Amino acid sequence: MSERWIKAAPWLWTLGLFLIWEGSVRAFDIEVFILPAPTDIWAAIVKYWTPIWTNSLQTLMTTTIGFVMAVVGGLALGLAIGWSRAIYAGLYPLMIGFNSIPKVAVVPILVIWFGIGTVPAVLTAFLIAFFPIVVNVATGLATIEPEMEDVLRALGAKKMDIMLKVGIPRSMPYFFGSLKIAITLAFVGSVISETVAANSGIGHMMLAAQSQFNVPLVWAGLVALAVLGIVMYAAMAWLEMRMTGWAHRSGQR
Amino acid sequence: MTGFVDLRDVQLAYSGHGTETLALDGLTMAVNRGEFAAVVGPSGCGKSTLMKLATGLIRPQAGTVEVAAREVDGPVSIAGMAFQNPSMLPWRTTLQNVMLPLEIVQPHRKRLGRERAAYTQLAEELLSVVGLAGFGAKYPWQLSGGMQQRANLCRALIHDPELLMLDEPFGALDAFTREELWQVMRDLHAEKGFTTILVTHDLREAVFLADRVFVMSARPGRIIVEHEISFPRPRPIDLTYEAGFNDIVHELRGHIAEARAAA
Ligand SMILES: Nc1ncnc2c1ncn2[C@@H]1O[C@H](COP(=O)(O)OP(=O)(O)OP(=O)(O)O)[C@@H](O)[C@H]1O
Ligand SMILES: [Mg+2]
Repeated sequence: MSERWIKAAPWLWTLGLFLIWEGSVRAFDIEVFILPAPTDIWAAIVKYWTPIWTNSLQTLMTTTIGFVMAVVGGLALGLAIGWSRAIYAGLYPLMIGFNSIPKVAVVPILVIWFGIGTVPAVLTAFLIAFFPIVVNVATGLATIEPEMEDVLRALGAKKMDIMLKVGIPRSMPYFFGSLKIAITLAFVGSVISETVAANSGIGHMMLAAQSQFNVPLVWAGLVALAVLGIVMYAAMAWLEMRMTGWAHRSGQR
Repeated sequence: MTGFVDLRDVQLAYSGHGTETLALDGLTMAVNRGEFAAVVGPSGCGKSTLMKLATGLIRPQAGTVEVAAREVDGPVSIAGMAFQNPSMLPWRTTLQNVMLPLEIVQPHRKRLGRERAAYTQLAEELLSVVGLAGFGAKYPWQLSGGMQQRANLCRALIHDPELLMLDEPFGALDAFTREELWQVMRDLHAEKGFTTILVTHDLREAVFLADRVFVMSARPGRIIVEHEISFPRPRPIDLTYEAGFNDIVHELRGHIAEARAAA
């Protein structure tokens, strides 16, 4: 029975939060303009279902494309950095420097190059999600046990053998672990770019609703973002479990 | 006379961060083909360094290293190695871990695809020799430390190396498991006849297993004493509780204490 309560707990807490929220808004007579009640937001979701849905799909699309680009590019660069000390020494400081730029500052440049719309959102998602993947893959490769490497090198293993047999399998838990962070960041990148420079997507929809003082729709946009974020995170967590179960099982002895 | 493993006047210094560490200086030792040699010495005297030199993982700054009458100029690939840390790959089953060298060393690498069944049987036989029959399908994390170390031995031996290099392989085990693995090691060596160099901190282990014990000085390491162990083989484990055995252990202990004091 306690097991069931634990399972139900997240839902019960969420429900409780909404109840308190609804109750407070009513009890203190807070204006919709300041804080709409959950029922107001729900009404907005129902009323504006079509634009919410199409804009969600747009945000989902830009996030996903940017994320996939980050996975491909991050994996490739991470392997390159883990492979060669020369590449590591040259690129790492450069990447640290690049990563320390707040990505929202890059959006204006992307707009100059590509105009307002889908492309800057995709690229912002890519730029922001790319870094943790590179770092994680490179870390996985860099932390091969020296003894394992000695055993294989003494057998005459080439660098490629060590990478294929040890390095790459070893870095996979790091890689899949980084996907959860990367998808969240890609999402942040997309929404930032949509808010600044787009004509579709949830970010743009919320900005438009705000300028029309449609506060419940702004909040409905937030809810849509929360749902999207949770779904994408859960998908990556599931993927991680599926792909690297051994790392979790061997971790807990 | 030259040995199967032959180090002459070897010097090795590690450099890094602007400092030089002279690990070995003027080290000379020769191990005959089929011989079981043990190397003991104070901590940090360069024993692991010696192992890396003999397998060609590092090159000396001065002196020569020969294995099987050939100057070592790169990884020798006729050697099998096992360290104190079993370093099994957690995503591979025990059997797959044991068979890893076959995916690297020729001619097995070429043959493995076609003759996988035969090789698998070989690996399973080896596992049963060390007392791991039926554990091949388990993952390393499902094995105890002692069992992982047995698997580690199998991995070092699967490609039938002429030279076995053991660096404190039993160091982390309890006394009973250790004695059990001494006997496993004794029998494997008697059966297969590979040349063995065993680095250990356990003098009883050295005296029980070895034909000759080499004692090293404190860093920079060189060989200061060479002690023949002439107990007849096969040696029963009870030998380790006999007076004659303990006398030798005591004597070696004295050499190491001196070496430490001299440092
Ligand atoms: N990669 C390295 N870089 C710099 N110094 C090293 C390196 N490896 C070993 N050393 C130094 O060389 C000396 C010999 O090291 P080595 O590992 O061979 O000793 P050891 O006899 O195996 O010690 P232990 O008994 O503790 O295992 C030590 O002083 C150590 O600090
Ligand atoms: Mg050592």
